[in-house]
Amino acid sequence: MQTTLGTPTVSAVLFFLLIVALTLAITYWAARRTRSTNEFYAAGRSISPLQNGLALAGDYMSAASFLGIAGLVALRGYDGMIYATGWLVGWPALMFLIAEPVRNLGKYTFADVVAFRLRPVPVRIAAAFGGILTLVFYVLAQMVGAGNLVRLMFGMTYEWAVTLVAAVMLIYVLFGGMIATTWVQIVKALLLLFGVTLLAVLILAQFHFSPGELYSAVAARDGQAALEPGGLVSDPIDAVSLGLALMFGLLGLPHILMRFYTVPDARAARASVLYATGFVGYFYLIIPIVGFGASALVGRDLIRRIDAGGNMAAPLVAELLGGSQFLGFIAAVAFATILAVVAGLTLAGASALSHDIFTHVVRKGHATEAEQVRVARISTVVFGVVAALLGILFKGQNVAFMVGLAFAIACSANFPPLLLSIVWRRFNTMGAVCSIASGAVISLTLIVLSPTIWVDLLHRPAAIFPLRNPAIVSMPLSFLFGIAGSLLTHEPAAEAKFDDEKLRTYLGIGAE
Amino acid sequence: MRGVKTDHRALLDSKEFQQLLARRWRMSLLLTFLLFVLYYGYIIVIAINRPFVSRRIGQTMTLGIPLGAAVILGAWILTAIYVVWANRRYDVEAARLRDRLHHS
Repeated sequence: MQTTLGTPTVSAVLFFLLIVALTLAITYWAARRTRSTNEFYAAGRSISPLQNGLALAGDYMSAASFLGIAGLVALRGYDGMIYATGWLVGWPALMFLIAEPVRNLGKYTFADVVAFRLRPVPVRIAAAFGGILTLVFYVLAQMVGAGNLVRLMFGMTYEWAVTLVAAVMLIYVLFGGMIATTWVQIVKALLLLFGVTLLAVLILAQFHFSPGELYSAVAARDGQAALEPGGLVSDPIDAVSLGLALMFGLLGLPHILMRFYTVPDARAARASVLYATGFVGYFYLIIPIVGFGASALVGRDLIRRIDAGGNMAAPLVAELLGGSQFLGFIAAVAFATILAVVAGLTLAGASALSHDIFTHVVRKGHATEAEQVRVARISTVVFGVVAALLGILFKGQNVAFMVGLAFAIACSANFPPLLLSIVWRRFNTMGAVCSIASGAVISLTLIVLSPTIWVDLLHRPAAIFPLRNPAIVSMPLSFLFGIAGSLLTHEPAAEAKFDDEKLRTYLGIGAE
Repeated sequence: MRGVKTDHRALLDSKEFQQLLARRWRMSLLLTFLLFVLYYGYIIVIAINRPFVSRRIGQTMTLGIPLGAAVILGAWILTAIYVVWANRRYDVEAARLRDRLHHS
């Protein structure tokens, strides 16, 4: 087939401009409602469960999962589907273990929960460090992905693409705060779900709406092996370690946890996780159909020729079935996805800098409302500009491992102190700092020594640490350091406050 | 104990509050356990018994495809079970305990 990918088509630019115009109009509307910190960080706690469910799903369904997993299924068949399931299973765990306590105990950031009864200065510094480290790797992967994607789809240069993403999302966050970021996320989630559904329906229509016929076409073209497990899960320990990182990493993602503060109470937080799980689950059920459809209809050779990683599988099958108009729509949706995810990450990064570091460490909790909002906006610009500069610096680098790295740090440095602070009376400041520091250092070191970096990037002959994903080692160690640090020191004030914390955690008494 | 008001203290020490917490964590941990069985069970079956997952159940469709879909659906159903339980049982009891605090 002939493809127009890489040349800016009228329809792609038109759809893109339409989405940007709509989201900027939302920002204008939101800006008039964003004056206080409560509005800037938490949308005035006015978001409904269904809206928050869509926004949570929007934060999670990045361009990497849309294009990347469709590509993985197209090029590696069933292995891509195994990978897709791993992306969903964190959501129930989030619900069962921490969603309601996090909502009841915090105000704007997950560090509020960890610091609830501990000494604020060391805990806030440590938690903000863990959170920002997670966000930086996550945003870097998004930025480099955005640069490549926009170059492939619109023919724009890499640097311009990164700058454009940073500029537009800064407008959302700076002026519209959490209200605009949430609504941009909702618009994007709806567009993405609609686009993927339409794509799947068009694909199935080619096979008389019979999945069996689709699979037969895949088997006829790529062999029966495409429908069988391949090399992804050859090592059970590595596979379980990846699963642990995906599952518990979600429970330590600052931009996801922050969304719980946008709803009025724990009951609404609970409902929003159920909605989010539904949308995300539906998305990952549909994506394999898109991937298999691409390999059956477009073929692996062409997909690989356009992009070796397979990222263009979904756009290519969209063009084949719906012409350049549909390709333009899918390209614009992918671009909107990046914008929205980067905006969510930037808002979370800015609140760690301003709410945790400035308000609670520099000003010890005594800063005026106006000053806090001003610092939050300055932090937004700082985080956004750094993200864009890092994106440009890492041009041409393979950053696929960075999302995995973000999840590994999130599950090792952020999740353990969060859970321990909720359930364990004896947990104290020393324990929190030990847990965060060990989780971050161990997961980072093990990834550098793993085959992912040591062999694939640094071209050394053999990896020092055998697993591609460190979670199975780094997460338990972080818990262990957290427990040991707590047991070695005494903090009667922290223990005394545990009873008040319990009333707030389980009954919502005093929750903000 | 220091820093806790007497009516709060009585609530914390009450059998009902402690039962509510115990029930909440029993439910959470049971569902987390089922989630582990569902997901890691799926991964481990793929790792150790590839022929089972590769078995054809249609002309070309393998058992693995509905298995993968079942993991996603199962995870959503577990979430729904928790929400229904929490809305119908947990919230009612929590509201009753909160009321007791206001009226004592």
